[in-house]
Amino acid sequence: MKKKDKKIDIAFYSKMYQLMYRSRKFEEIVMQLWHEGTIFGEMHMSVGEEAIHASIIKNLEDGDAIAVDHRGTAPFFMRGIDPISLLLEFIGHKDGLCSGQGGHMHLFSREHNMTSSGIVGATGSTAMGFALSHKYKNNKNIAVALFGEGAINQGMLLESFNMTSALELPVLFVCKDNNWAITTQSDSVTGGVLLDRAQGFGIAGEKINGLDFQESFSRIGYAIKTIRKTGKPYFIHATCVHREGHFLGDQLIALHRTTGKILGDLVGSLTKSLFKLKGGLVGERGESLGHILKIMTSSKHQLKSSVDPLVIAKKMLKNQGADVLSVEKKADQEIDQILKQTLQIIQGGNQL
Amino acid sequence: MKKLSFAEAVESCLMQKMAEDHSVFIMGEDVQMMRLNILARFGKNRVINTPISEAAFTGAAIAAAMSGLRPVVEVMLVDFIGVAADSFLNNASKLFDFSGGKWNAPVVYRCACGGGYGDGGQHEQSLWGWLAHIPGISVVVPSNPIDAGGLLYAAIEHDHPVFFLEHKLLAQNWLEYMGIGGRSTVQFDVPEDGAWGEVPKKWTPIPLGKLNVVREGKDITLISVGVGVHRCVEAASKLEEVSISAEILDLRSISPLDIENILQSVRKTGAVIIVDEDYKEFGLSGEIAAILAENQIEFKYGRVCTEKTIPFNRESEDETLPNVARIIHMVKKVVS
Repeated sequence: MKKKDKKIDIAFYSKMYQLMYRSRKFEEIVMQLWHEGTIFGEMHMSVGEEAIHASIIKNLEDGDAIAVDHRGTAPFFMRGIDPISLLLEFIGHKDGLCSGQGGHMHLFSREHNMTSSGIVGATGSTAMGFALSHKYKNNKNIAVALFGEGAINQGMLLESFNMTSALELPVLFVCKDNNWAITTQSDSVTGGVLLDRAQGFGIAGEKINGLDFQESFSRIGYAIKTIRKTGKPYFIHATCVHREGHFLGDQLIALHRTTGKILGDLVGSLTKSLFKLKGGLVGERGESLGHILKIMTSSKHQLKSSVDPLVIAKKMLKNQGADVLSVEKKADQEIDQILKQTLQIIQGGNQL
Repeated sequence: MKKLSFAEAVESCLMQKMAEDHSVFIMGEDVQMMRLNILARFGKNRVINTPISEAAFTGAAIAAAMSGLRPVVEVMLVDFIGVAADSFLNNASKLFDFSGGKWNAPVVYRCACGGGYGDGGQHEQSLWGWLAHIPGISVVVPSNPIDAGGLLYAAIEHDHPVFFLEHKLLAQNWLEYMGIGGRSTVQFDVPEDGAWGEVPKKWTPIPLGKLNVVREGKDITLISVGVGVHRCVEAASKLEEVSISAEILDLRSISPLDIENILQSVRKTGAVIIVDEDYKEFGLSGEIAAILAENQIEFKYGRVCTEKTIPFNRESEDETLPNVARIIHMVKKVVS
C-alpha cells in the first residue's frame, strides 16, 4: 500500500493528473453546452470519478474492452477517442462518434471495444461477453464493467458476478460508490457489505479510496495484473463523489448551490401535505419530515473541495514540487481549441 | 372544478385513494423524494423506497397484491420494464387464468413513457402495444389531467394488473426531471390541453376500455393515445381549412380496447388513420386494422407510427415520432 511520505514518480503522476484535469475541463465544456441548451436531454457527468477512470485507462492495453454505464464522458475521453467527435455526439450532430444517433448515454466505439448503456446493471453481462470472447480467442485481454453502487442490487449484475467466477472469465468489476442512487441513499436499500458479496461468489476484491489517484492507480493496477495472470474476475469497490449530482440540474445539488426559491417552493407544498386531514399519524408525519431534511442535507458533503479528486491530486503533486500550473495551462489551451473547433463545425451548418 | 397540471392530477388522485383505502401504498425507485408530498402526508411505510431491482420489486408487488394489498408500483421509465419482464409476462398476467379464476393480483405499474425531449432511444419508448400484447394485463394511457386522475382511480380499483403510462411531455414533473433540469434554454412541444386542465374536486373512476370522442367528423377517423391525440387535434384543425372533416378518438386504454366505438366511427367515416407513438410493426396500428377487417368493415387505412429506434438528434427525433405534418400528409394520401 502507499506511503504518504514516500518520494513518488513525479513525471508519471503529473501525467495522471494531466489526464484527470483534461477530462474535468472537457466536462466543463459539456456542462456549458448543456446549460445553453445546445445539448438536449439528460447529462450525467463523471466529475468526481476521474481518479478511478484515469487509473483504469492507464492500466489497459489495446484490445481490452470497457462496458461503460450512463456516465461515459470521462472513460471515452480518457481512452483517447476524438473529443470533438464526442462533443458532436452529445449535441446530436451527424459527425458525432455515433452519427448523432446515440447521445451521451449510448456511446459506442467498435475500434476501442467500448460500449455504453443507460440501463443500470447492464454493464456486467456486456463485460462478461467481451471476456468470454477474449478467453475463447485465447488472448490476454480483459474486460472492465463500470457501474455505480446503485447497480449492485440489480439481478443481471449479480448473475454476472457468479458466471464470471464459475466460468473463470477475465472481468474487472468496478463499483463507483458515492452512496447516492439519484436521491436514494444506497445504504438504506442495500443489505450487507459489497465486498462480501463479491467474495461470496468467489471473486477476489478490495475496497479503495477512489478519490486518491495514487491509491487508485496502484490497487487497480494490481487488480488488472492479477486478472491477466489468473484469467479470473476481480472486484474493486471504489468510493467517489458526484459533484454534479446524479445528472446536471439535480435538485439536491441545486438546493445547496442556490438559495431561497427551490427550498421555498418545496416547503410551501410540503406544509400543505403535512396538514392534510386524512393520512399518517402525527408521529409518522414528523418522521417523514425528518427523513426529507436528512436527504436534503446529507448530499452536501460531495461539494466540499476536500473530496475533489483533482484538488487532492494537485495538492500532493505540489507538495512534491511538480509544476502543476504548466500542465494545467497546456490542457486549458487544448480544451479551448476543442470547443472552438466544435463550435465552428456546428456553426458551419453541418447539423442534420 | 379546479385547474391542475397532469402531474398534480395524478398525485391528487393517488392521495385521495390512499386516504380512502389503507391497502393502497406506493413502492419504487426514488419514490420518497419523487413523491415528497405523499411521503410527508402518509409516512414511509406507505411510500417505500426500493433498490434498483426492478425484477424483484415488480414481482414482489404481485404477491403483495394477491394477499390483499393494492400496490402502486413505480418503474420510473417504461423502458426499464425490460429488466422486469418476467414479473408481468409470466406471473402477473397468468395468475388469474392459472388459478382457475380463484386468485387475482390488483397491482398498478406506473411508468413514464414517450419522447420529444432529446433523451435517446433507451429512455423515450412507448411500449404500450408490447405490453397490451400479453393477455391478462390492462394498459392505460391518459392524454389529459382529468383522464389521468379518473383512470388511475379505476386502475387502482381494478382487480387485475394494470400498466398506467404517463407521457413525459404531459407530466410536467417528468419533463422537468428528464428534459429541462432547471434550464430556461430548452423548449419542447408540450400540448397545453394535455398538460393542464380542469379536474373535479373529488375523483371518481373513469372505466377502463372506454374511448373518448375528442372531436366529431365525417370524412376520416383519427385514432390515437397520449400526446398523439393532441397532435391529431392540431392536424384536424389544419385539415378543416382544406375541407377535410376528421373525427378524433382518444382510446385512453389500449387494453381493454373500446372496439364497439372504434367500429361505429369507422363505419361512419369509412377511413381511418392510427397515430401511434409506439412502434409500427406488430402493434396497436396493425391490431386495429385486423379488428376492422374481422368485422367486415370496408375502410381506407393509414398509420403514422414510430418506425425505428428513436434517434438522439432532436430534428431526427421529431421526424421519427408522429407529428402534425406526417398526420396531415397521411390523411391527404388516404382520403384522396
